[in-house]
Amino acid sequence: MSHYHPLRSLYFARLREFYRQPARLFWVYGFPTVLALGLGLAFQSRLPDNVQVDLVENPATEGVRQVLEDFDSKAKFEKRQGVRLKILPEAEAFQRLRTGKTPLVIIPSVSGPITYRYDPTRPEATTARAAIDAIIQTNAGRLDPVKTQDTILNEPGSRYIDFLIPGLIGQNTMGGGLWGVGFLLVNFRIGKLLKRFTATPMPRKDFLLAILLARLTFLIPDVAVLLSLGVFVFHMPFQWQSLWLVALVEVVGALAFSGIGLLLASRAQTTETVSGLMNLVMLPMWIFSGLFFPAERFPDSAQWFIQALPLTQLLNALRAIMLEAAGINHPVVALALGILSAWAIGSFVIALKIFRWN
Amino acid sequence: MGRPTMGDNAIRVANLRKQFPGRDGPVHAVNGLDLEVKIGECFGLLGPNGAGKTTTVEILEGLNTPTSGDVEVLGRRWESQASEIRERIGVTLQETRFPEKSTLRELVGMFRAFYREGLEVEAVLARVSLESKANTYVEQLSGGQQQRLAVAVALVGDPELLFLDEPTTGLDPQSRRQLWDVIIDLRSRGRTTVLTTHYMDEAERLCDRVAIIDQGRVIALGSPADLISRLGGEHIVEFALMGEEPPTDPGLFSKLASVLDSRAEGDGFALTVGAPHRAIPALLEYLDTEGRPLARLTTRQVSLEDVFVALTGRHLREETEEAKPSKPGRRGRR
Repeated sequence: MSHYHPLRSLYFARLREFYRQPARLFWVYGFPTVLALGLGLAFQSRLPDNVQVDLVENPATEGVRQVLEDFDSKAKFEKRQGVRLKILPEAEAFQRLRTGKTPLVIIPSVSGPITYRYDPTRPEATTARAAIDAIIQTNAGRLDPVKTQDTILNEPGSRYIDFLIPGLIGQNTMGGGLWGVGFLLVNFRIGKLLKRFTATPMPRKDFLLAILLARLTFLIPDVAVLLSLGVFVFHMPFQWQSLWLVALVEVVGALAFSGIGLLLASRAQTTETVSGLMNLVMLPMWIFSGLFFPAERFPDSAQWFIQALPLTQLLNALRAIMLEAAGINHPVVALALGILSAWAIGSFVIALKIFRWN
Repeated sequence: MGRPTMGDNAIRVANLRKQFPGRDGPVHAVNGLDLEVKIGECFGLLGPNGAGKTTTVEILEGLNTPTSGDVEVLGRRWESQASEIRERIGVTLQETRFPEKSTLRELVGMFRAFYREGLEVEAVLARVSLESKANTYVEQLSGGQQQRLAVAVALVGDPELLFLDEPTTGLDPQSRRQLWDVIIDLRSRGRTTVLTTHYMDEAERLCDRVAIIDQGRVIALGSPADLISRLGGEHIVEFALMGEEPPTDPGLFSKLASVLDSRAEGDGFALTVGAPHRAIPALLEYLDTEGRPLARLTTRQVSLEDVFVALTGRHLREETEEAKPSKPGRRGRR
């Protein structure tokens, strides 16, 4: 049996190294799972609570109270959003408004208009005002000339958890590429291992290839764990025939991040330097790329930058495939593959030119 | 390409130069160095820090390139036959930290897989007496065991030429002995070894020939016994005088019987003598006559350190590092 198999032996060494580090196992599998469970639970889709409102106690209170309480009983019966009413002296009601304990205070008046007291920059305040005013006006005989009907949206795939799971998958891929490749290389350089390797006949490309292959190997459980969590625990709608496309996008994404990791590690001589660089690269993507909330929330003027980031593209594609059944010729997916490939090729080309083995 | 004719030289270096950019102009780390290492010999490189030893060895190992000069390793050149040379050499580097969570068998096996021909992992571990640790993790080894591991990794390709960079630095005496045995064993198998060391006893014990390097050049070359005998005498008499008198000129002692050289050393003097049984009485008589009582007196045998001092007027190791070379009793060997 030939003993000469540098690529294979390097590849298995990388695999062994990974699963022998319990801390890494936590960060790659445990942490995203805990995050998904926690955030999924916190942002569960629920019907909105009853409208909360404080009513000031004065001679005109009774009329308003009657209207609102009648509405609430009817709403409870019909299992709709009702009104949670508190009747308080003015000073106390204003105090509660100030401290955020209530979004809206109603000051009825015997002869003048009803006063709504609220802070319009708080979203629940404007909704409360609109809801209460509708109740009062309708009760007093307001007519709505235009006929309307409501179609309630109740499709899976639009919940927060559906948004989050692809985000966590993408984030995991980013971390694996940057830390798994970059940090490893810098540690090897510090420990003079890279230098030691270059004194042997080991082909340098085999060394780097083994790292990439190990990275791609680990992509399988990385994606599988989170995807299974999403599909089997949270009942994400997922067409299994899209799995190949998810795999393709993930592979290209992993290569892009591995390339960036290689680039960041190409000359760093200390773990402090490379950690600093990694954080510098990762933090903007954690914030801007649409990991926890949509990237579109940021102003249009920033979108050119945000959409160029590799994680943004990866998440766009993952969500399009997993939530909208997009195919490979879907513009979002095609664009993502293009931009991620550019990141991968660009960073590898530069990194290999400047990589320091000593 | 036919077999290279290297004669009986494993290494041939001619007028090697290496310069680095420095703050005040280029630094000449290697400054016209010539070297020939014969096949099968254990060749020592001795010199103070910054002398250019490490740079020279790195150039020989292919880890660095010369600014100018001629380098032939095993009859081949790095520029054109790098992978052939790499198949045939083994190196240990200072401070190599192997991956902690590999077993020894896995680590040595991984390196073995880089070479087209080499030794079995078990055999190589046995050579450095680590076979019982084949399944332990690297992180569980002691310092001495890790350094033996480094030698095992260097041996696994069954190299013709081995470069050992300060292999016993920081080891306890027993580990040092064990590594010495490995190196002696290599020699008996006809391998060529280039040993960088700053331990005189190691160089004297293991090396067929030694090159003393200072400021980028070879300043002395020969077997340890040869170099020592060039001093003319085999013994050093060291002494210090009592009292706060103004410094005495060491030259005053040089005319005493059997004294070949006299110099100041620390707070006293060191005489190179041929026959202590004649020099010491002469010294005592002289001091008695001059009314200068002795504070201390010791004798020891001459070492390569003394050779270096004689050549350069400086010590191989700074006074602040390790034990002072003039400590009595450290030279007991043979």
